[in-house]
Amino acid sequence: MPDSPVLDHHSPYETPLHRDESAIAGMWLFLASEALLFGGLFLVCLIYSHTRSAGWAEGVRHTNLVIGGVNTMILITSGAVYTMAVEAGKRGDNRRVVRAGLGAAALGVAFLVLKGVEWALEFREHLFPGPDFALHGPDAGAAELFYSFYFLATFLHGMHMVVGIGLILWICRKARHGIFGPAWNTPVDIVGLYWSFVDLVWMLLFPLLYLLGRA
Amino acid sequence: MSGTPSPAVQQRSYLWQDGTLRSWLLTRDHKRIGLLYLGSITAFFVLGSIGAALVRLQLLEPTGAILSDATYNRMFTMHGVVMVWLFLVPSIPVTLGNFLVPLMLGARDLAFPRLNLLSWYLFVASGLLVVYGLFRGGLETGWTFYTPLSSEYTQGRVLPVVLGVFLNGFSSIATGVNFIVSIHQLRAPGMTWYRLPLMLWALYATSVIFVLATPVLAITLLLLAFEHLFRVGVFDPTLGGDPLLFQQLFWFYSHPAVYIMILPGMGVVSEIVSTFSHKPVFGYRFVAWSSVSIAAIGFIVWGHHMFVAGTSLYSAIVFSMFSFFVSVPSAIKVFNWLGTMHGGSIRLDAPMLYAMGFIGLFTVGGLTGLFLASLASDVHLTQTYFVVAHFHYIMVGGMVSAYFGGLHYWWPKITGRMYPEIWGRVAAALIFFGFNLTFFPQFILGYEGMPRRYATYPAQFQVLNVLSSAGAGILAVAYLLPLIYFTWSLFRGAQAPDNPWGATGLEWQTASPPPVENFAETPVVTTDAYDYAARDGRADAARVDEGAPHA
Repeated sequence: MPDSPVLDHHSPYETPLHRDESAIAGMWLFLASEALLFGGLFLVCLIYSHTRSAGWAEGVRHTNLVIGGVNTMILITSGAVYTMAVEAGKRGDNRRVVRAGLGAAALGVAFLVLKGVEWALEFREHLFPGPDFALHGPDAGAAELFYSFYFLATFLHGMHMVVGIGLILWICRKARHGIFGPAWNTPVDIVGLYWSFVDLVWMLLFPLLYLLGRA
Repeated sequence: MSGTPSPAVQQRSYLWQDGTLRSWLLTRDHKRIGLLYLGSITAFFVLGSIGAALVRLQLLEPTGAILSDATYNRMFTMHGVVMVWLFLVPSIPVTLGNFLVPLMLGARDLAFPRLNLLSWYLFVASGLLVVYGLFRGGLETGWTFYTPLSSEYTQGRVLPVVLGVFLNGFSSIATGVNFIVSIHQLRAPGMTWYRLPLMLWALYATSVIFVLATPVLAITLLLLAFEHLFRVGVFDPTLGGDPLLFQQLFWFYSHPAVYIMILPGMGVVSEIVSTFSHKPVFGYRFVAWSSVSIAAIGFIVWGHHMFVAGTSLYSAIVFSMFSFFVSVPSAIKVFNWLGTMHGGSIRLDAPMLYAMGFIGLFTVGGLTGLFLASLASDVHLTQTYFVVAHFHYIMVGGMVSAYFGGLHYWWPKITGRMYPEIWGRVAAALIFFGFNLTFFPQFILGYEGMPRRYATYPAQFQVLNVLSSAGAGILAVAYLLPLIYFTWSLFRGAQAPDNPWGATGLEWQTASPPPVENFAETPVVTTDAYDYAARDGRADAARVDEGAPHA
């Protein structure tokens, strides 16, 4: 990822624009790879939600729809706030990049805190898979299966959130030195791509983990 | 013509400028990173070969010659895991590919030099983790980690290996992203897509597989690890999981990965065949697009690994049909290489011997693949030595031959030294002979019904097994030879001219070894790849300029 507006002598590029285009292409390719990482997970979830639908649905019914719903709103808002940073970066309004960036990062942290609360509640209710799993009955195995996917998927997504928040803070630090402008704002853009992707993954996880089979 | 290179070359060469260990370990130079990779995968190749040697020693006798059954299982697992992920998958892309992609494009470096270095560190870390897992406790699952064997039986010993392979995947993805962006963005002026050397088309296709297939393996292995750590049933049937699902996901990566383990070899062979026939590659565009189609079709054939696993007949028929489709682009390549050689002025230097070996062995490997793609014969041949022979013809006869051929071909460029040609030819011939002696008997063994992965076998199979083990001994010696004379050539080899083979690629237009910045000035491309008439014209003109007599 480019970290300064000028080329250093190692650079394989002719112009900064050439380098920045390449960096954006690299991020898109990385996201394509990420899409298949989560894609594999979604596929397995979809299969089990069909083949073991009764227990799966019971698991879904035990998720905390309120926290999940609020978190969805928070994350959409965070994504929207970050686009303001991207717009500000294009205009060269570095102060606004910092403000919008910190806003988006704070919302991200709020998401993680709520997620942590949700996890804590679930641990207390013994919904984490294991010998003392709370749900019993003929479909308990599938409900446990649901919860293993629930925890793995939210963990994986949470790790991506942590990385994303780190990247946004890195952008804020750079913006404080006033280096973004109409001529160069690629890092703001690239982090925006990543942050939107993390958003998008949640947009698919939310129905999959909270809604599918709830009714 | 031995001795040290001239001070001028030394000063500018990527090898000599700043020789501190720190400068190597923190380098962003794609050429140095290629060499770091070369050192690491050579070590893993030796380790994997030791596993193979022990397996072949064991099978000298029907009751098993040296190892206990459990140790035998661990050895073939070690051989498979190390060879696939720590040698074959990275082999040509990360060594020759890293070195050559920017040079062939006419660029100063790959698109993301720091990411490139990171990929090497990820690779080394993953390799150490895998080796730790394989030796501390050991693993009996084979390289495929099939559940429930890997989940129920190994009791956690699978974890470090699986996490190592997981990490390894990200090293592959980084390399793939780097190559794709470089080939799109860093082509020199005039280097259009249809002027790219075919090696780059092959590496491009490989990179697409790296980027799109590897993450599926990553998530599969993560699920496997998760199943272990928290005892939940994802794939383990005793916990309510579905073991077939593991196979589906595993092969969704691992079948395309089979083409990761052959496409780069095809790229190397295209370069070598053209150079040593002194002719443009016949049907350039067909060869280029056949790489892309092999990669694309590779994504929809994974079900042929599961014909006998109880999948539906209709899906098996469809997967069988798609598997036959792969033979079309593969055959295009073989015929076009032969078309290139036809009427060419062929020189039988060591690289060409390897390339010709590749064509023959790959053809055998490919044709025997048709037996396995056919549902009826696969039921008989699956899980036998026929399969083992088939994929070794592709991966060892094909890919390893191409890797060695490529190493010989570009050795002068990489090191600035010539390898001893006579020894190069001896090794190439010995590898070809040893390889066939090792693996051809296995076709017969498999056809006669000897199952793979067994530590013992009925006495009737002994003669063929002894032949195979004898071949493996020859192969071991043959693989040692290049290790010895390559090392020797580093110190005593004749100094290499810039273009020892009279080849056309941009990499031959710069010094041997290249300067840090690759080209004194960015080259401008005005001709197609493999335009020998233009190149010979240039060489003649240069000679006239220097006042040398006209050849």
